[in-house]
Amino acid sequence: MSSPKALAVVSMVLLAGCAPAAHRETPDLGRIVTPADIAGWDISIPPDGTGLPPGSGTAVAGIAVYEQKCQACHGAKGSGQPNDRLVGGGGTLASKTPVRTIGSYWPYATTVFDYVRRAMPYTQPHSLTNDEVYAVTAYLLHQNGIIGERDELNAQTLPRVKMPNRDGFISVYPEPK
Amino acid sequence: MGKSDPPATVTRRSFLTRAVVAFSTLTATPSVAAEQPQALGIPAWMKSPGVGVSEYGHPSTFEQKVTRTLLRTQPGTTGSGASRTPLESLEGIITPSGLHFERHHSGVPEIDPTQHRLLIHGMVKRPLIFTVEALLRYPMVSRIHFLECAGNSQLMYGASPPNLTVGQAHGLVSCSEWTGVPLRYLLGEAGADPSAPWILAEGADAAAMSRSVPMAKAMDDGILALFQNGERLRPENGYPVRLLLPGYEGNMNVKWLRRIKVTPTATMTKDETSRYTDLQADGKALMFTYPMEVKSLITRPSPGAPISGAGLSQISGIAWSGRGTIRKVEVSTDGGQTWTDAELVAPVFSRALTRFRHAWRWNGQPAILKSRATDDTGAVQPTRDKILADHGSNVIFHYNGIVAWSVAANGEVKHVFA
Repeated sequence: MSSPKALAVVSMVLLAGCAPAAHRETPDLGRIVTPADIAGWDISIPPDGTGLPPGSGTAVAGIAVYEQKCQACHGAKGSGQPNDRLVGGGGTLASKTPVRTIGSYWPYATTVFDYVRRAMPYTQPHSLTNDEVYAVTAYLLHQNGIIGERDELNAQTLPRVKMPNRDGFISVYPEPK
Repeated sequence: MGKSDPPATVTRRSFLTRAVVAFSTLTATPSVAAEQPQALGIPAWMKSPGVGVSEYGHPSTFEQKVTRTLLRTQPGTTGSGASRTPLESLEGIITPSGLHFERHHSGVPEIDPTQHRLLIHGMVKRPLIFTVEALLRYPMVSRIHFLECAGNSQLMYGASPPNLTVGQAHGLVSCSEWTGVPLRYLLGEAGADPSAPWILAEGADAAAMSRSVPMAKAMDDGILALFQNGERLRPENGYPVRLLLPGYEGNMNVKWLRRIKVTPTATMTKDETSRYTDLQADGKALMFTYPMEVKSLITRPSPGAPISGAGLSQISGIAWSGRGTIRKVEVSTDGGQTWTDAELVAPVFSRALTRFRHAWRWNGQPAILKSRATDDTGAVQPTRDKILADHGSNVIFHYNGIVAWSVAANGEVKHVFA
Protein backbone atom coordinates (compact mmCIF):
# COMPACT_ATOMS: atom_id res chain seq x y z
CA MET A 1 0.00 0.00 0.00
CA SER A 2 2.66 2.45 0.96
CA SER A 3 4.51 2.11 -2.32
CA PRO A 4 6.05 5.30 -3.71
CA LYS A 5 3.43 5.27 -6.46
CA ALA A 6 0.51 5.11 -4.03
CA LEU A 7 1.99 7.94 -1.97
CA ALA A 8 2.39 10.03 -5.07
CA VAL A 9 -1.28 9.55 -5.97
CA VAL A 10 -2.37 10.49 -2.46
CA SER A 11 -0.15 13.58 -2.57
CA MET A 12 -1.61 14.67 -5.89
CA VAL A 13 -5.15 14.34 -4.58
CA LEU A 14 -4.29 16.36 -1.50
CA LEU A 15 -2.59 19.05 -3.54
CA ALA A 16 -5.49 19.25 -5.96
CA GLY A 17 -7.83 19.65 -3.03
CA CYS A 18 -6.12 22.60 -1.40
CA ALA A 19 -3.51 24.23 -3.57
CA PRO A 20 -5.45 26.23 -6.16
CA ALA A 21 -7.62 28.21 -3.77
CA ALA A 22 -6.90 28.25 -0.06
CA HIS A 23 -10.41 29.47 0.73
CA ARG A 24 -11.92 26.14 -0.28
CA GLU A 25 -10.66 24.74 3.00
CA THR A 26 -12.62 27.20 5.09
CA PRO A 27 -16.38 27.24 5.62
CA ASP A 28 -17.16 30.09 3.21
CA LEU A 29 -20.06 31.40 5.28
CA GLY A 30 -20.00 34.99 4.05
CA ARG A 31 -22.91 36.39 2.07
CA ILE A 32 -21.99 38.12 -1.17
CA VAL A 33 -23.00 41.78 -1.10
CA THR A 34 -23.48 44.32 -3.89
CA PRO A 35 -21.97 47.81 -4.18
CA ALA A 36 -25.41 49.21 -3.37
CA ASP A 37 -25.52 47.24 -0.13
CA ILE A 38 -22.08 48.52 0.85
CA ALA A 39 -22.53 52.22 0.02
CA GLY A 40 -23.84 53.27 3.44
CA TRP A 41 -20.86 51.73 5.21
CA ASP A 42 -18.11 52.73 2.81
CA ILE A 43 -17.29 56.04 4.48
CA SER A 44 -13.49 56.11 4.44
CA ILE A 45 -11.85 58.76 2.26
CA PRO A 46 -8.22 58.37 1.17
CA PRO A 47 -6.04 61.33 0.09
CA ASP A 48 -7.05 61.02 -3.59
CA GLY A 49 -10.66 61.66 -2.61
CA THR A 50 -12.07 58.34 -3.84
CA GLY A 51 -15.53 57.94 -2.37
CA LEU A 52 -16.20 61.57 -1.55
CA PRO A 53 -19.97 62.10 -1.75
CA PRO A 54 -21.88 64.69 -3.76
CA GLY A 55 -22.41 68.02 -2.04
CA SER A 56 -20.38 71.12 -1.29
CA GLY A 57 -19.71 73.82 1.25
CA THR A 58 -17.80 77.00 1.95
CA ALA A 59 -16.25 78.50 5.07
CA VAL A 60 -19.00 81.11 5.16
CA ALA A 61 -21.62 78.37 5.23
CA GLY A 62 -19.57 76.53 7.84
CA ILE A 63 -19.69 79.31 10.45
CA ALA A 64 -23.15 78.35 11.63
CA VAL A 65 -22.33 74.64 11.67
CA TYR A 66 -19.17 75.23 13.69
CA GLU A 67 -20.78 77.56 16.20
CA GLN A 68 -23.74 75.26 16.78
CA LYS A 69 -22.06 71.85 16.70
CA CYS A 70 -18.35 72.23 17.42
CA GLN A 71 -17.56 75.38 19.39
CA ALA A 72 -18.66 74.08 22.80
CA CYS A 73 -15.80 71.56 22.76
CA HIS A 74 -13.24 73.20 20.48
CA GLY A 75 -13.54 76.87 21.44
CA ALA A 76 -14.29 79.98 19.42
CA LYS A 77 -12.85 79.72 15.92
CA GLY A 78 -11.09 76.46 16.74
CA SER A 79 -8.98 77.97 19.50
CA GLY A 80 -9.41 74.89 21.70
CA GLN A 81 -10.68 74.13 25.21
CA PRO A 82 -12.06 72.15 26.69
CA ASN A 83 -10.92 69.82 23.88
CA ASP A 84 -8.45 69.84 21.03
CA ARG A 85 -7.31 73.07 19.48
CA LEU A 86 -7.96 72.95 15.73
CA VAL A 87 -6.44 76.20 14.46
CA GLY A 88 -2.99 77.79 14.48
CA GLY A 89 0.30 76.42 15.78
CA GLY A 90 2.18 76.98 12.54
CA GLY A 91 5.95 76.99 12.99
CA THR A 92 5.83 75.36 16.44
CA LEU A 93 6.51 71.71 15.60
CA ALA A 94 10.27 71.89 16.20
CA SER A 95 9.88 73.96 19.38
CA LYS A 96 9.76 72.78 22.98
CA THR A 97 6.00 73.28 22.99
CA PRO A 98 4.65 72.04 19.66
CA VAL A 99 1.00 72.83 18.92
CA ARG A 100 -0.50 70.13 16.73
CA THR A 101 -3.61 71.36 14.92
CA ILE A 102 -5.32 70.71 11.60
CA GLY A 103 -3.40 73.66 10.19
CA SER A 104 0.00 72.95 11.69
CA TYR A 105 0.10 69.16 11.64
CA TRP A 106 -2.53 67.29 9.60
CA PRO A 107 -1.08 66.22 6.23
CA TYR A 108 -4.31 65.70 4.26
CA ALA A 109 -7.52 67.72 4.00
CA THR A 110 -9.46 64.56 3.15
CA THR A 111 -8.78 63.33 6.69
CA VAL A 112 -10.71 66.30 8.11
CA PHE A 113 -13.77 65.42 6.03
CA ASP A 114 -13.45 61.70 6.80
CA TYR A 115 -13.06 62.20 10.55
CA VAL A 116 -15.76 64.82 11.00
CA ARG A 117 -18.22 62.70 9.04
CA ARG A 118 -17.50 59.48 10.94
CA ALA A 119 -16.99 60.78 14.47
CA MET A 120 -18.20 64.35 14.99
CA PRO A 121 -19.97 66.02 16.72
CA TYR A 122 -18.78 63.80 19.56
CA THR A 123 -22.23 63.28 21.03
CA GLN A 124 -24.01 62.96 17.66
CA PRO A 125 -21.79 61.29 15.06
CA HIS A 126 -23.39 60.59 11.67
CA SER A 127 -25.82 63.47 12.21
CA LEU A 128 -24.35 66.05 9.80
CA THR A 129 -25.38 66.24 6.14
CA ASN A 130 -22.64 65.95 3.54
CA ASP A 131 -23.05 69.66 2.78
CA GLU A 132 -22.53 70.44 6.46
CA VAL A 133 -19.38 68.29 6.57
CA TYR A 134 -17.99 70.03 3.49
CA ALA A 135 -18.87 73.41 5.00
CA VAL A 136 -17.33 72.85 8.41
CA THR A 137 -14.24 71.35 6.75
CA ALA A 138 -13.99 74.52 4.67
CA TYR A 139 -14.43 76.64 7.80
CA LEU A 140 -11.58 74.88 9.60
CA LEU A 141 -9.28 75.10 6.58
CA HIS A 142 -10.13 78.79 6.19
CA GLN A 143 -9.50 79.54 9.87
CA ASN A 144 -6.07 77.98 9.35
CA GLY A 145 -5.42 80.26 6.39
CA ILE A 146 -5.37 77.40 3.87
CA ILE A 147 -8.38 78.35 1.67
CA GLY A 148 -10.45 81.45 1.10
CA GLU A 149 -13.74 82.01 2.88
CA ARG A 150 -15.73 81.59 -0.34
CA ASP A 151 -13.72 78.72 -1.82
CA GLU A 152 -16.07 75.82 -2.47
CA LEU A 153 -15.11 72.38 -1.23
CA ASN A 154 -16.58 69.41 -3.06
CA ALA A 155 -15.49 65.97 -4.23
CA GLN A 156 -13.22 67.53 -6.86
CA THR A 157 -11.67 70.43 -4.94
CA LEU A 158 -11.10 68.88 -1.50
CA PRO A 159 -8.39 66.37 -2.56
CA ARG A 160 -6.51 69.21 -4.31
CA VAL A 161 -6.06 71.22 -1.10
CA LYS A 162 -2.39 71.08 -0.09
CA MET A 163 -1.95 71.13 3.65
CA PRO A 164 0.96 73.12 5.13
CA ASN A 165 2.50 70.07 6.85
CA ARG A 166 1.96 67.70 3.90
CA ASP A 167 5.69 66.99 3.67
CA GLY A 168 6.23 66.82 7.42
CA PHE A 169 5.99 63.05 7.76
CA ILE A 170 8.51 60.26 7.25
CA SER A 171 6.98 56.85 6.62
CA VAL A 172 8.90 54.07 8.32
CA TYR A 173 6.84 51.29 6.74
CA PRO A 174 7.95 49.22 4.99
CA GLU A 175 11.18 49.13 6.95
CA PRO A 176 14.45 48.85 5.03
CA LYS A 177 15.80 45.29 4.96
CA MET B 1 33.32 47.16 38.52
CA GLY B 2 33.63 44.22 36.13
CA LYS B 3 31.25 41.44 35.27
CA SER B 4 31.20 40.02 38.77
CA ASP B 5 27.99 40.13 40.71
CA PRO B 6 27.52 43.24 42.78
CA PRO B 7 27.70 42.52 46.49
CA ALA B 8 24.01 42.82 47.16
CA THR B 9 23.01 40.41 44.40
CA VAL B 10 22.77 36.64 44.80
CA THR B 11 22.67 34.03 42.08
CA ARG B 12 19.67 31.79 41.64
CA ARG B 13 21.55 28.75 42.86
CA SER B 14 22.73 30.43 46.03
CA PHE B 15 19.21 31.73 46.51
CA LEU B 16 17.87 28.17 46.43
CA THR B 17 20.53 26.68 48.69
CA ARG B 18 20.10 29.44 51.21
CA ALA B 19 16.34 29.54 51.02
CA VAL B 20 15.67 27.75 54.26
CA VAL B 21 18.09 29.90 56.21
CA ALA B 22 16.84 32.99 54.46
CA PHE B 23 13.23 32.28 55.36
CA SER B 24 14.03 32.28 59.05
CA THR B 25 16.03 35.48 58.55
CA LEU B 26 13.12 37.11 56.73
CA THR B 27 10.61 36.20 59.40
CA ALA B 28 12.90 37.79 61.95
CA THR B 29 12.72 41.21 60.25
CA PRO B 30 10.26 43.44 62.09
CA SER B 31 8.08 44.63 59.22
CA VAL B 32 7.52 41.14 57.81
CA ALA B 33 6.91 39.36 61.10
CA ALA B 34 5.32 41.83 63.49
CA GLU B 35 3.15 39.09 65.01
CA GLN B 36 3.84 38.09 68.61
CA PRO B 37 4.06 34.35 69.33
CA GLN B 38 0.74 33.00 70.55
CA ALA B 39 -1.18 29.77 70.68
CA LEU B 40 -2.80 29.04 67.31
CA GLY B 41 -6.60 29.11 67.39
CA ILE B 42 -9.37 28.13 64.98
CA PRO B 43 -10.34 31.08 62.72
CA ALA B 44 -13.98 32.15 62.43
CA TRP B 45 -14.28 30.96 58.82
CA MET B 46 -13.64 27.39 59.93
CA LYS B 47 -16.47 27.41 62.43
CA SER B 48 -19.41 27.61 60.04
CA PRO B 49 -19.98 26.62 56.40
CA GLY B 50 -18.98 29.11 53.76
CA VAL B 51 -21.15 30.69 51.09
CA GLY B 52 -22.50 28.62 48.23
CA VAL B 53 -21.68 28.32 44.57
CA SER B 54 -22.12 31.32 42.29
CA GLU B 55 -22.80 31.95 38.62
CA TYR B 56 -19.79 34.13 37.97
CA GLY B 57 -16.84 34.43 40.33
CA HIS B 58 -15.20 37.59 41.58
CA PRO B 59 -11.92 38.34 43.32
CA SER B 60 -11.84 38.16 47.11
CA THR B 61 -13.42 41.14 48.84
CA PHE B 62 -9.98 41.63 50.40
CA GLU B 63 -8.60 42.34 46.93
CA GLN B 64 -11.11 45.03 45.99
CA LYS B 65 -8.40 47.66 45.90
CA VAL B 66 -6.82 45.88 42.92
CA THR B 67 -8.52 47.79 40.13
CA ARG B 68 -7.69 49.46 36.88
CA THR B 69 -5.99 52.69 37.77
CA LEU B 70 -5.60 56.31 36.71
CA LEU B 71 -8.87 56.46 34.85
CA ARG B 72 -8.80 59.57 32.68
CA THR B 73 -11.25 60.86 30.09
CA GLN B 74 -11.27 63.81 27.74
CA PRO B 75 -13.09 66.83 29.17
CA GLY B 76 -16.79 66.75 28.44
CA THR B 77 -16.78 63.06 27.51
CA THR B 78 -17.38 59.89 29.44
CA GLY B 79 -15.85 57.43 27.05
CA SER B 80 -12.85 58.96 25.33
CA GLY B 81 -9.92 58.09 27.50
CA ALA B 82 -7.91 55.36 29.17
CA SER B 83 -7.55 53.17 32.24
CA ARG B 84 -4.44 51.25 33.21
CA THR B 85 -3.49 47.77 34.42
CA PRO B 86 -2.26 47.71 38.08
CA LEU B 87 1.01 46.00 37.20
CA GLU B 88 2.31 46.24 40.78
CA SER B 89 -0.47 43.91 41.98
CA LEU B 90 -0.20 41.17 39.34
CA GLU B 91 2.04 38.17 38.75
CA GLY B 92 2.65 35.74 35.91
CA ILE B 93 2.03 36.83 32.33
CA ILE B 94 -1.76 36.82 31.87
CA THR B 95 -3.71 39.96 32.70
CA PRO B 96 -7.16 39.23 34.11
CA SER B 97 -9.67 40.38 31.48
CA GLY B 98 -11.31 42.80 33.89
CA LEU B 99 -7.96 44.49 34.53
CA HIS B 100 -6.85 44.75 30.89
CA PHE B 101 -6.03 48.37 30.10
CA GLU B 102 -8.57 50.41 28.15
CA ARG B 103 -8.14 53.10 25.54
CA HIS B 104 -11.34 54.19 23.85
CA HIS B 105 -11.80 56.91 21.27
CA SER B 106 -15.52 57.35 21.82
CA GLY B 107 -16.60 55.02 24.57
CA VAL B 108 -17.55 51.35 24.67
CA PRO B 109 -20.46 50.50 22.36
CA GLU B 110 -23.06 48.03 23.58
CA ILE B 111 -23.22 45.74 20.56
CA ASP B 112 -25.91 43.13 20.01
CA PRO B 113 -23.93 40.27 18.45
CA THR B 114 -26.95 39.07 16.46
CA GLN B 115 -27.03 42.42 14.66
CA HIS B 116 -23.29 42.96 14.29
CA ARG B 117 -21.80 42.33 10.83
CA LEU B 118 -18.27 42.18 9.44
CA LEU B 119 -17.89 43.41 5.87
CA ILE B 120 -14.89 42.61 3.66
CA HIS B 121 -14.80 44.60 0.45
CA GLY B 122 -12.69 46.88 -1.73
CA MET B 123 -10.12 45.19 -3.99
CA VAL B 124 -11.70 41.74 -3.68
CA LYS B 125 -13.39 39.40 -6.15
CA ARG B 126 -16.34 38.68 -3.88
CA PRO B 127 -17.35 41.30 -1.29
CA LEU B 128 -18.58 39.32 1.70
CA ILE B 129 -20.51 40.08 4.86
CA PHE B 130 -20.34 37.80 7.89
CA THR B 131 -22.50 37.32 10.95
CA VAL B 132 -20.78 36.69 14.27
CA GLU B 133 -22.46 33.29 14.36
CA ALA B 134 -20.75 32.47 11.07
CA LEU B 135 -17.34 33.61 12.35
CA LEU B 136 -17.70 31.31 15.34
CA ARG B 137 -17.86 28.32 12.95
CA TYR B 138 -14.42 29.00 11.43
CA PRO B 139 -11.21 27.19 12.35
CA MET B 140 -9.53 29.16 15.13
CA VAL B 141 -6.11 29.64 16.63
CA SER B 142 -5.16 30.61 20.20
CA ARG B 143 -2.20 32.87 20.86
CA ILE B 144 -0.84 34.60 23.95
CA HIS B 145 0.09 38.18 23.04
CA PHE B 146 0.57 41.49 24.78
CA LEU B 147 -1.20 44.65 23.74
CA GLU B 148 0.48 47.96 24.50
CA CYS B 149 -0.90 51.41 23.80
CA ALA B 150 1.49 53.48 21.72
CA GLY B 151 1.23 56.18 24.40
CA ASN B 152 2.28 53.94 27.28
CA SER B 153 4.98 55.45 29.54
CA GLN B 154 4.66 58.80 27.80
CA LEU B 155 5.48 60.69 31.00
CA MET B 156 9.04 59.39 30.59
CA TYR B 157 9.43 62.07 27.90
CA GLY B 158 8.73 64.69 30.59
CA ALA B 159 11.20 66.80 32.52
CA SER B 160 10.71 65.13 35.88
CA PRO B 161 9.93 61.55 36.96
CA PRO B 162 6.23 60.76 37.42
CA ASN B 163 5.08 60.52 41.01
CA LEU B 164 2.86 57.54 40.16
CA THR B 165 2.72 53.78 40.65
CA VAL B 166 4.21 51.51 38.01
CA GLY B 167 0.69 50.72 36.80
CA GLN B 168 -0.37 54.34 36.63
CA ALA B 169 2.69 55.36 34.62
CA HIS B 170 3.30 52.21 32.56
CA GLY B 171 0.09 50.17 32.78
CA LEU B 172 -1.12 50.67 29.22
CA VAL B 173 0.19 47.17 28.59
CA SER B 174 -1.62 43.89 29.22
CA CYS B 175 -1.39 40.31 27.99
CA SER B 176 -4.11 37.80 27.15
CA GLU B 177 -4.74 34.55 25.40
CA TRP B 178 -6.63 35.52 22.26
CA THR B 179 -8.63 33.00 20.26
CA GLY B 180 -10.09 33.67 16.86
CA VAL B 181 -10.03 33.22 13.11
CA PRO B 182 -6.89 33.92 11.07
CA LEU B 183 -7.74 36.94 8.96
CA ARG B 184 -6.16 35.36 5.88
CA TYR B 185 -8.95 32.77 5.77
CA LEU B 186 -11.58 35.45 5.19
CA LEU B 187 -9.41 37.54 2.89
CA GLY B 188 -8.87 34.34 0.90
CA GLU B 189 -12.58 33.60 0.68
CA ALA B 190 -13.25 37.14 -0.49
CA GLY B 191 -10.59 36.80 -3.16
CA ALA B 192 -8.52 39.74 -1.95
CA ASP B 193 -6.21 41.08 -4.67
CA PRO B 194 -2.79 39.70 -3.70
CA SER B 195 -1.13 42.83 -5.07
CA ALA B 196 -3.15 45.19 -2.83
CA PRO B 197 -0.75 46.58 -0.23
CA TRP B 198 -3.20 47.77 2.42
CA ILE B 199 -6.41 47.07 4.24
CA LEU B 200 -8.48 49.54 6.23
CA ALA B 201 -9.89 48.23 9.52
CA GLU B 202 -12.86 50.08 11.01
CA GLY B 203 -14.65 49.68 14.34
CA ALA B 204 -18.35 49.94 15.19
CA ASP B 205 -17.85 52.46 18.00
CA ALA B 206 -19.13 56.03 17.86
CA ALA B 207 -15.74 57.17 16.51
CA ALA B 208 -15.82 54.46 13.80
CA MET B 209 -12.16 54.22 14.80
CA SER B 210 -10.12 53.23 11.78
CA ARG B 211 -6.55 52.35 10.84
CA SER B 212 -4.75 51.23 7.70
CA VAL B 213 -2.92 47.95 8.11
CA PRO B 214 -0.30 46.48 5.77
CA MET B 215 -1.77 43.55 3.83
CA ALA B 216 1.41 41.60 4.56
CA LYS B 217 0.74 41.84 8.31
CA ALA B 218 -2.95 40.96 7.91
CA MET B 219 -2.05 37.85 5.88
CA ASP B 220 0.86 36.85 8.09
CA ASP B 221 -0.62 36.70 11.58
CA GLY B 222 -3.69 38.94 11.80
CA ILE B 223 -6.47 37.36 13.86
CA LEU B 224 -10.16 38.18 14.18
CA ALA B 225 -10.26 37.62 17.93
CA LEU B 226 -13.55 36.41 19.43
CA PHE B 227 -12.31 35.09 22.79
CA GLN B 228 -10.04 36.55 25.46
CA ASN B 229 -8.67 34.31 28.20
CA GLY B 230 -11.18 31.62 27.32
CA GLU B 231 -14.36 33.67 27.38
CA ARG B 232 -15.90 35.90 24.77
CA LEU B 233 -14.25 39.30 24.49
CA ARG B 234 -15.15 41.85 27.13
CA PRO B 235 -17.09 44.83 25.71
CA GLU B 236 -14.17 47.13 26.49
CA ASN B 237 -11.90 44.83 24.49
CA GLY B 238 -13.98 44.80 21.35
CA TYR B 239 -16.94 42.46 21.83
CA PRO B 240 -18.01 40.70 19.69
CA VAL B 241 -14.92 40.74 17.45
CA ARG B 242 -11.66 42.69 17.31
CA LEU B 243 -8.61 42.73 15.12
CA LEU B 244 -5.44 41.41 16.69
CA LEU B 245 -2.09 42.27 15.10
CA PRO B 246 0.57 40.67 17.29
CA GLY B 247 3.26 43.14 18.37
CA TYR B 248 1.72 46.21 16.73
CA GLU B 249 0.75 49.35 18.66
CA GLY B 250 -2.52 48.94 20.53
CA ASN B 251 -4.86 51.16 18.55
CA MET B 252 -4.27 49.22 15.32
CA ASN B 253 -5.90 46.21 16.95
CA VAL B 254 -9.26 47.73 16.04
CA LYS B 255 -12.04 46.82 18.47
CA TRP B 256 -15.67 46.13 17.57
CA LEU B 257 -14.43 45.39 14.04
CA ARG B 258 -17.14 45.91 11.44
CA ARG B 259 -15.35 46.54 8.17
CA ILE B 260 -12.22 45.60 6.29
CA LYS B 261 -11.59 47.34 3.00
CA VAL B 262 -8.77 46.17 0.75
CA THR B 263 -7.18 49.33 -0.63
CA PRO B 264 -4.42 50.47 -3.01
CA THR B 265 -3.06 53.08 -0.56
CA ALA B 266 -3.12 53.83 3.13
CA THR B 267 -6.32 55.74 3.88
CA MET B 268 -4.53 58.31 6.09
CA THR B 269 -7.15 58.26 8.82
CA LYS B 270 -7.11 60.67 11.74
CA ASP B 271 -5.48 58.07 13.98
CA GLU B 272 -2.55 57.48 11.62
CA THR B 273 -1.86 61.14 10.83
CA SER B 274 -2.89 63.58 13.56
CA ARG B 275 -2.50 60.91 16.26
CA TYR B 276 -0.10 58.00 16.63
CA THR B 277 2.61 59.70 14.61
CA ASP B 278 5.85 60.43 16.42
CA LEU B 279 6.97 64.07 16.33
CA GLN B 280 10.76 64.31 16.34
CA ALA B 281 12.90 67.13 17.67
CA ASP B 282 13.39 68.58 14.17
CA GLY B 283 9.64 68.99 13.65
CA LYS B 284 9.28 66.03 11.28
CA ALA B 285 7.07 63.16 12.40
CA LEU B 286 7.58 59.42 11.95
CA MET B 287 4.52 57.72 10.50
CA PHE B 288 3.53 54.01 10.50
CA THR B 289 5.70 53.13 13.51
CA TYR B 290 3.99 49.81 14.10
CA PRO B 291 5.89 47.36 16.33
CA MET B 292 6.18 48.11 20.03
CA GLU B 293 9.90 47.86 20.70
CA VAL B 294 11.69 45.74 23.29
CA LYS B 295 10.93 46.88 26.85
CA SER B 296 10.88 45.76 30.48
CA LEU B 297 9.70 46.94 33.88
CA ILE B 298 10.36 45.78 37.42
CA THR B 299 6.88 45.42 38.87
CA ARG B 300 7.92 44.33 42.39
CA PRO B 301 9.38 46.16 44.15
CA SER B 302 8.08 49.24 42.39
CA PRO B 303 6.29 52.50 43.04
CA GLY B 304 3.10 51.08 44.54
CA ALA B 305 4.80 47.91 45.79
CA PRO B 306 7.35 48.89 48.48
CA ILE B 307 9.79 46.43 50.04
CA SER B 308 8.66 45.23 53.43
CA GLY B 309 12.10 44.78 54.94
CA ALA B 310 15.78 44.13 54.41
CA GLY B 311 17.06 40.66 53.61
CA LEU B 312 16.45 38.27 50.81
CA SER B 313 13.63 39.20 48.47
CA GLN B 314 12.68 38.68 44.90
CA ILE B 315 12.70 41.20 42.12
CA SER B 316 9.87 40.38 39.70
CA GLY B 317 9.08 42.05 36.40
CA ILE B 318 7.78 41.83 32.87
CA ALA B 319 9.51 42.12 29.52
CA TRP B 320 8.13 42.11 25.99
CA SER B 321 8.95 42.93 22.39
CA GLY B 322 6.67 43.52 19.43
CA ARG B 323 9.38 42.09 17.19
CA GLY B 324 9.75 38.68 18.74
CA THR B 325 10.76 36.69 21.79
CA ILE B 326 12.54 37.96 24.88
CA ARG B 327 15.99 36.38 25.04
CA LYS B 328 17.47 38.08 28.08
CA VAL B 329 16.59 40.44 30.89
CA GLU B 330 19.35 41.95 32.97
CA VAL B 331 18.78 43.52 36.36
CA SER B 332 20.91 46.13 38.07
CA THR B 333 20.60 46.97 41.76
CA ASP B 334 23.32 49.62 41.70
CA GLY B 335 21.92 52.14 39.25
CA GLY B 336 23.30 50.44 36.15
CA GLN B 337 26.95 50.03 37.13
CA THR B 338 26.67 46.25 37.07
CA TRP B 339 24.08 43.95 35.54
CA THR B 340 23.10 40.35 36.22
CA ASP B 341 20.94 38.08 34.08
CA ALA B 342 17.53 37.49 35.58
CA GLU B 343 15.69 34.18 35.30
CA LEU B 344 13.15 34.08 32.48
CA VAL B 345 10.09 32.22 33.70
CA ALA B 346 8.52 29.71 31.30
CA PRO B 347 6.45 29.93 29.21
CA VAL B 348 8.26 32.48 27.04
CA PHE B 349 6.26 33.32 23.91
CA SER B 350 6.90 35.63 21.00
CA ARG B 351 5.23 39.02 21.42
CA ALA B 352 3.88 38.09 24.85
CA LEU B 353 4.70 39.38 28.29
CA THR B 354 7.60 37.39 29.72
CA ARG B 355 7.98 37.19 33.49
CA PHE B 356 11.47 37.54 34.92
CA ARG B 357 12.65 37.04 38.47
CA HIS B 358 15.84 37.83 40.29
CA ALA B 359 16.86 37.09 43.85
CA TRP B 360 18.14 40.14 45.68
CA ARG B 361 19.55 40.45 49.15
CA TRP B 362 18.75 44.01 50.12
CA ASN B 363 21.02 45.45 52.77
CA GLY B 364 18.51 48.11 53.77
CA GLN B 365 20.49 50.94 52.19
CA PRO B 366 19.16 53.21 49.41
CA ALA B 367 19.49 51.53 46.01
CA ILE B 368 18.61 52.14 42.35
CA LEU B 369 16.93 49.25 40.47
CA LYS B 370 16.83 48.90 36.70
CA SER B 371 15.98 46.22 34.17
CA ARG B 372 17.12 45.92 30.57
CA ALA B 373 15.58 43.52 28.04
CA THR B 374 17.01 42.01 24.84
CA ASP B 375 14.88 40.29 22.19
CA ASP B 376 15.74 37.60 19.66
CA THR B 377 16.40 40.16 16.93
CA GLY B 378 19.27 41.38 19.12
CA ALA B 379 17.50 44.64 19.97
CA VAL B 380 18.42 45.93 23.43
CA GLN B 381 16.20 48.21 25.47
CA PRO B 382 17.80 51.67 25.24
CA THR B 383 18.40 54.21 27.97
CA ARG B 384 16.07 57.18 28.39
CA ASP B 385 18.99 59.48 27.55
CA LYS B 386 19.46 57.73 24.22
CA ILE B 387 15.78 57.98 23.33
CA LEU B 388 15.73 61.69 24.13
CA ALA B 389 18.96 62.24 22.17
CA ASP B 390 17.67 60.30 19.14
CA HIS B 391 14.07 61.51 19.09
CA GLY B 392 13.62 64.50 21.37
CA SER B 393 10.95 64.94 24.01
CA ASN B 394 7.89 65.79 21.87
CA VAL B 395 7.26 62.25 20.69
CA ILE B 396 4.52 61.18 23.18
CA PHE B 397 4.49 57.64 21.74
CA HIS B 398 6.65 54.48 21.71
CA TYR B 399 8.71 55.08 24.86
CA ASN B 400 10.59 51.83 25.49
CA GLY B 401 13.55 53.10 27.48
CA ILE B 402 14.97 51.76 30.69
CA VAL B 403 13.01 52.76 33.80
CA ALA B 404 14.71 53.26 37.17
CA TRP B 405 13.35 52.86 40.69
CA SER B 406 14.97 54.35 43.77
CA VAL B 407 14.56 52.27 46.92
CA ALA B 408 14.71 54.33 50.11
CA ALA B 409 15.96 52.97 53.45
CA ASN B 410 12.34 52.62 54.60
CA GLY B 411 11.54 50.41 51.61
CA GLU B 412 9.59 53.04 49.69
CA VAL B 413 10.10 52.96 45.92
CA LYS B 414 9.92 55.92 43.53
CA HIS B 415 10.48 56.71 39.87
CA VAL B 416 13.81 58.38 39.21
CA PHE B 417 15.61 59.45 36.09
CA ALA B 418 18.96 57.75 36.59
